[in-house]
Amino acid sequence: MISTDINIVLPEITLAVFSMAALMVAVYGGKDKLAGLMIWVTSGVMCALGLWIAFWEPGTTTAFNGSFVNDGYARFAKVVILFGSAMMLLLSQDYLEKNKLLKFEFPILIALATLGMMLMVSAGDLMALYMGLELQSLALYVVASFRRDSIRSTEAGLKYFVLGALSSGLLLYGASLVYGFSGTTNFAGISETIHDGKLGLGMLFGLVFLSVGMGFKVSAAPFHMWTPDVYEGSPTPVTGFFATAPKVAAAGLFGRVVHDAFGGAITDWQQIIAFLSFVSMFLGSIAAIGQTNIKRLMAYSSIAHMGFALLGLSSGTQEGVQALLIYMAIYVTMNIGVFAFILNMERDGQPITDIKSLGLYSRVEPIRAAALAALMFSLAGIPPLVGFFGKLYVLKAAVNAGLSWLAISAVIASVIGAFYYLRIIYFMYFGTEVERMTGKMPLLHKLALYGATLIMLLGSINLFGIEAIAADAAASLFK
Amino acid sequence: MDNLLSIVIFLPTVAALILAVILRGEDELSQRNAKILALIATLATFIISLPLLTQFDPKNTGFQFVEEYDWLAGLKYKVGLDGISILFVMLTTFLMPIVIGACWTVRSRVKEYMIMFLILETMMLAVFSSLDIILFYVVFEAGLIPMFLIVGIWGGKDRIYAAFKLFLYTLLGSVLMLIAIIYMWFEAGSTDIPTLMQHEFSSENMILFGITIVGGIQSLLFLGFFASFAVKMPMWPVHTWLPDAHVQAPTAGSVVLAAILLKMGGYGFLRFSLPMFPVGSEVMATFVMTLSVIAIIYTSLVALVQQDMKKLIAYSSVAHMGFVTMGIFALNKQGLDGAIFQMLSHGFISAALFLGVGVIYDRMHTRDIDAYGGIVIRMPVYALIFMLFTMANVGLPGTSGFVGEFLTLTAAFKANTWIAFGATSGVILSAGYALWLYRRVVFGDLVKESLKGISDMDMREKLLMAPLIVMTILLGIYPALILDLIGPSVNALLEQVHAAQGVIIDATSKAIH
Repeated sequence: MISTDINIVLPEITLAVFSMAALMVAVYGGKDKLAGLMIWVTSGVMCALGLWIAFWEPGTTTAFNGSFVNDGYARFAKVVILFGSAMMLLLSQDYLEKNKLLKFEFPILIALATLGMMLMVSAGDLMALYMGLELQSLALYVVASFRRDSIRSTEAGLKYFVLGALSSGLLLYGASLVYGFSGTTNFAGISETIHDGKLGLGMLFGLVFLSVGMGFKVSAAPFHMWTPDVYEGSPTPVTGFFATAPKVAAAGLFGRVVHDAFGGAITDWQQIIAFLSFVSMFLGSIAAIGQTNIKRLMAYSSIAHMGFALLGLSSGTQEGVQALLIYMAIYVTMNIGVFAFILNMERDGQPITDIKSLGLYSRVEPIRAAALAALMFSLAGIPPLVGFFGKLYVLKAAVNAGLSWLAISAVIASVIGAFYYLRIIYFMYFGTEVERMTGKMPLLHKLALYGATLIMLLGSINLFGIEAIAADAAASLFK
Repeated sequence: MDNLLSIVIFLPTVAALILAVILRGEDELSQRNAKILALIATLATFIISLPLLTQFDPKNTGFQFVEEYDWLAGLKYKVGLDGISILFVMLTTFLMPIVIGACWTVRSRVKEYMIMFLILETMMLAVFSSLDIILFYVVFEAGLIPMFLIVGIWGGKDRIYAAFKLFLYTLLGSVLMLIAIIYMWFEAGSTDIPTLMQHEFSSENMILFGITIVGGIQSLLFLGFFASFAVKMPMWPVHTWLPDAHVQAPTAGSVVLAAILLKMGGYGFLRFSLPMFPVGSEVMATFVMTLSVIAIIYTSLVALVQQDMKKLIAYSSVAHMGFVTMGIFALNKQGLDGAIFQMLSHGFISAALFLGVGVIYDRMHTRDIDAYGGIVIRMPVYALIFMLFTMANVGLPGTSGFVGEFLTLTAAFKANTWIAFGATSGVILSAGYALWLYRRVVFGDLVKESLKGISDMDMREKLLMAPLIVMTILLGIYPALILDLIGPSVNALLEQVHAAQGVIIDATSKAIH
């Protein structure tokens, strides 16, 4: 029994054992001298695990009495998480080195956070959910304040911790209510206690509190308050990391909980998620207009994007889950490209984040500017770039589920949002000449930036076949 | 060749890629090479597209040159042409070499400029030939990106305001259409345009928020598409982006905008609104025609007081597009014939007028009407050519402008005499502003010191104008050339619309009895 269970969680165990071993080696070995190597090894391990999971035999298996679920849905999310984490980790090395932040703890903390995320999307039980969530969050609190001598970074970490603790508390409270009224913490067990698509009052309260906790993690408005400050204060590689893998994990967890545990009461949670989605899309789009700091701008952009992802989820259909998965995969790819660029915004060795410093960048570096412009058009959802197809899938799911009003709001929000993406293009192409940014872009960053751009351009041919994989993954949630 | 249409569509993009990859540098020589390569590419596209016209069978009212491949999400890459769309495809391939020729005086970032126009050509050709509604949306919207950059980078003083306005206005219109498209996809289970044309969307009255909507879903879908096409057209009162965009755009950008991009709206009405929502069209026809007449009269009056030549021509474009929408929604044979003819003829005339403004702008660097006067003395050839197109713009018999206006007015008269009355007064106003513009710029005494050294049109400029002159006069004296080509397709479209409306009218009359 236990051996089959362990076989199922073997990738997670591998990552956990690797993190511990790496910690030991670094502490008793070369300490920070090993940090560079450690980043590469950790990324390598993550990529290897990602490939392993990608080629896992199809089908659903559960371990530890259903508290760990390994199905197509979890595997899809894990592959995106692992590759996203590995990419952002590799991209961070150059920045950390320049800013004297290259410490061996960084890759290990990222590995632990990634482990937490993998557990989150595989959770089949409220306990497992909470453990995964906290493992991820604790690691992220630390990396947010990784630049210890900077007030902003420390502030970001502290703010994230305090608000995160509050949301964890709410989530736990919801979990205890659900447990109290259903008598079980197991998702399958919870869904058995739901009859005729109706939730009892206690369960409803539990669902609301759980949603609040998860809404905080996906940074959906109105639980987004931490996002801009944390994005701005954290070191840029950490910001990039926040914008990619943890968002996938949180969205994946959200989908898992509402479908596996509350799948019988779609109308109840549909309203909650539709509301979160609506508010996030508009808040993200409108609040980003006035931003001058590109990291803050990306924070609002990610709030708006999570609104779109939740739009897919709110449809409550298999199509909607598929749309959510495709959307998250596209979103992560775009953000990796954009952050590969942001990491290299510097003048005389000092990182800069003011978007005005992009003034007429297209004259200095035409190719890089063109790549960033393409990514911005993609983020804005303008066809024929792939970002549009992400939006198309979620809109289609929403319309087909009878949520036309939400879909119409979504497209209006996306027009408002297009403005601030265009503003970046405006600065690069039509703006006024400013003091040039200096610094050479490392090859790896160029690869990430141009790679993401090419994916955005060429993906419109067939989305690299991700559609069918996502469809299978979504189907595993609706067996 | 089976893939002829796709080759025509993608040839410009291939050329753009070659330009992007191969050409380097900003020196004189590479600028020249970029222009020559772009010119060759657009000429080649035009020549390759000629067999489309010769092999086209006008009697066949279905789609020809159809190509179909699987695409993502169960969509198809499907293109094809019928009697209506082939005209617009030919218009595009015909005008693009002229547009590239009009860029010859550009000096900054020439390579990027050429790439933008080549990509834009692919998008425009794909808009007119796509037979999958999502493919249509994708290319319809994608054309905004190059246009945004053309206006934003190479435009005039207030180019940024104009570029943003152009982009956001059209985007807002288009996304509402996207929702309608997704709903149709869901409802009909297909994105294939010929299938959707046959699908009957429900037209039962429905009640939404306590308001009875006549024509039900069809009216709502119609409005979704209308939001997009009306902005693109542009119709009053959502036309305000056009004068700004025109004034700020470089000459070549203005030519593309006026001659081709504006036609997408009219094409959209013919391809989607009429055949797919016949009842919605019927319900909204009076509304649209009223807007058209307001546009004709109002924008003609506004054009009278303009100081900027480009702005004047831009407002005149809005007025001429008013004739197009009026003709389309008269819902009869003359109306549709006239609307299509008017779009085509406006493509040639407005292109020539903007080129004409470009000619003197290149010399004097101002578009202010007051800065000119009496240039006939120094520029006799220019005066003659500009006279021809001014007259064509007014709708003088013998030019192509007359045929379109006459047909649409006849159609409007059949549908509603008051509408026709209003629109006809627009013709008088258009003569007013066009001739007054001509008088102020060309005639009078040559008193301004700066104008005394102005030189007449050079060979390049004459060559650019020549094909437009030929087309304007040829279509003016022998309109059957076009009307025979579109006739069967227009008849088929009308039959379909009337049949669908007849069915509904029968059903409602039965329900009443």
